[in-house]
Amino acid sequence: MDTLPRPIELDWHPGACARVPYRIYTDAAIYERELDRFFYGGHWCYVGLAAEIPNPGDFKRSAVGERGVVVVRGRDGAINVVENRCAHRGVQFCQKPHGNAKTFVCPYHQWSYDLKGNLLGVPFRKGVRQGDRVNGGMPDDFELSSHGLTQLAVEVWNGVIFASFDRDVEPLRAFVGPEVGRYFERVFDGRELTILGYSRQRIPGNWKLMMENIKDPYHPGLLHTWFVTFGLWRADQRSEMIVDERGRHAAMVSRKNDGGRSDAVTSGVTSFKENMVLHDDRVLDVVVEPWWNGPTVTMLTLFPSLIVQQQVNSLSTRHIVPHGVGEFDFVWTHFGFADDTPEMTRRRLRQANLFGPAGYVSADDGEVIEFSQRGFAQEADGETVCELGGRGQGGADHNVTETLIRSMYGYYREVMEL
Amino acid sequence: MTAPPATAAISVEDRLRIEELYARYAACLDDARFEEWPDFFTDDCVYRVVPRENYDRNLPLATLSFESKGMLRDRVYAITETLFHEPYYQRHVVSGILVTAIGDGGYRVRANYVVVRTKTGSLSEVYSAGRYIDRVVDEAGMLLFAEKICVFDSELIPNSMIYPL
Ligand code: FES
Ligand SMILES: [Fe+2]
Repeated sequence: MDTLPRPIELDWHPGACARVPYRIYTDAAIYERELDRFFYGGHWCYVGLAAEIPNPGDFKRSAVGERGVVVVRGRDGAINVVENRCAHRGVQFCQKPHGNAKTFVCPYHQWSYDLKGNLLGVPFRKGVRQGDRVNGGMPDDFELSSHGLTQLAVEVWNGVIFASFDRDVEPLRAFVGPEVGRYFERVFDGRELTILGYSRQRIPGNWKLMMENIKDPYHPGLLHTWFVTFGLWRADQRSEMIVDERGRHAAMVSRKNDGGRSDAVTSGVTSFKENMVLHDDRVLDVVVEPWWNGPTVTMLTLFPSLIVQQQVNSLSTRHIVPHGVGEFDFVWTHFGFADDTPEMTRRRLRQANLFGPAGYVSADDGEVIEFSQRGFAQEADGETVCELGGRGQGGADHNVTETLIRSMYGYYREVMEL
Repeated sequence: MTAPPATAAISVEDRLRIEELYARYAACLDDARFEEWPDFFTDDCVYRVVPRENYDRNLPLATLSFESKGMLRDRVYAITETLFHEPYYQRHVVSGILVTAIGDGGYRVRANYVVVRTKTGSLSEVYSAGRYIDRVVDEAGMLLFAEKICVFDSELIPNSMIYPL
């Protein structure tokens, strides 16, 4: 990636993360630096779940930033991640979204690779005999070993696969840190997972807006009628905002209450619907699971690419795949556990109506992100205000705060040198 | 590979009734008469919107999954009163209505659909392309959907999906 970096002009008061310039959501040069420093360097990105590729040879296509990768389980059972780009002339050789393979063969000139990405052979390497001469062939010093696929660093943490183009990236658990890692291991404690299915949406907004959305405990009880009315998330709940040492990852942890009217959090809130009664409330048939250990909801952001959702009985990973400065794909993988009863599986699937591109508490997140992006386009030098709960950074023992967003931008500025 | 759908012998009259059901259903949604939408279904209906990827791989997750007319009514309340969104028009183009089986469970019907979305001040865009896989029953002389599975080809939902397909 030796393109000459474009200059970045940004007027961001030193140290102030209670204001965020619109420009970081709209400027292509800033976005390119983000790709290099977050998605392609120094960070672990989510690429999938081990349960998606249970057998040797199983593969699925995924992405790290804008770069397509193939996640594949090798003969030895270990998981490899290789870039989906032939070492010969750059062809994106894998077109099937998932499948099983013994080797990868690029269709263009049939270069073949093993499941770790090592080049196995190239046709006509020694040339083609015609009469008593040999035509063509690769030069004598052509080494198979120096023309493999780009192999990413891989770590699998209790069934969740992370990859990095940066082979020198710190170990995954150190990257996540113990504070947020604890909540990661609450969901992913090594139990076998069952894949329930996918939802995919393309959201016309900058990718960071989705990270912010899940670091923003201010909005759920205000934007989302279902959360405030039925008490799944609102400002009067016992909550903790957890953040890692560097401010980049977070866990929003809370406990549901019974919902209903409360002067402090519902008066004047137009999304609160006191008389809303469901005709069929099986969508909210919540059963407490022993592993929750108290909280009914934990929403994790693992910067820059992953959100892990446990909201009552619904579980998903949400993968952020940026496409240019103003758009990203959002891929939801819903899962359960191998020892779930059929009733629990049905419950998880019913509660999935709350989430995803059509979900009762998620469809409007995509909408507001689109509207934010449009607002940013209207005023090049504008800035957002992020002062709920003060101007500081770090964790909190309540949810009436934007501290997680400020913390993320503290880290962001450090890495981006902005 | 799925086998080509069989076709069932059906009277011209019944075929016309079924075609009319689909035309009325599309008109209801395209006119945004959402409060009438649940009335196209039986009380214990199944209505699901499913990405083709999940359908083909037998993965049970649906984008929307309802199991009663009550859940459809709740959805209507949600889209009219609770889900903040930019309003849009829908235009359903339904074609290739095929009755594949007739039995005690009613008519098995599949049909293609394309839904074009038009947001205020925007160009029209193909929003969802897919097929309906339905079971239609006759209840007291009214044709109703006992099952409606909308399997969409579109790999990505353009941001959000608010209104029914
Ligand atoms: S581009 Fe892949 S073999 Fe030539
Ligand atoms: Fe939200």
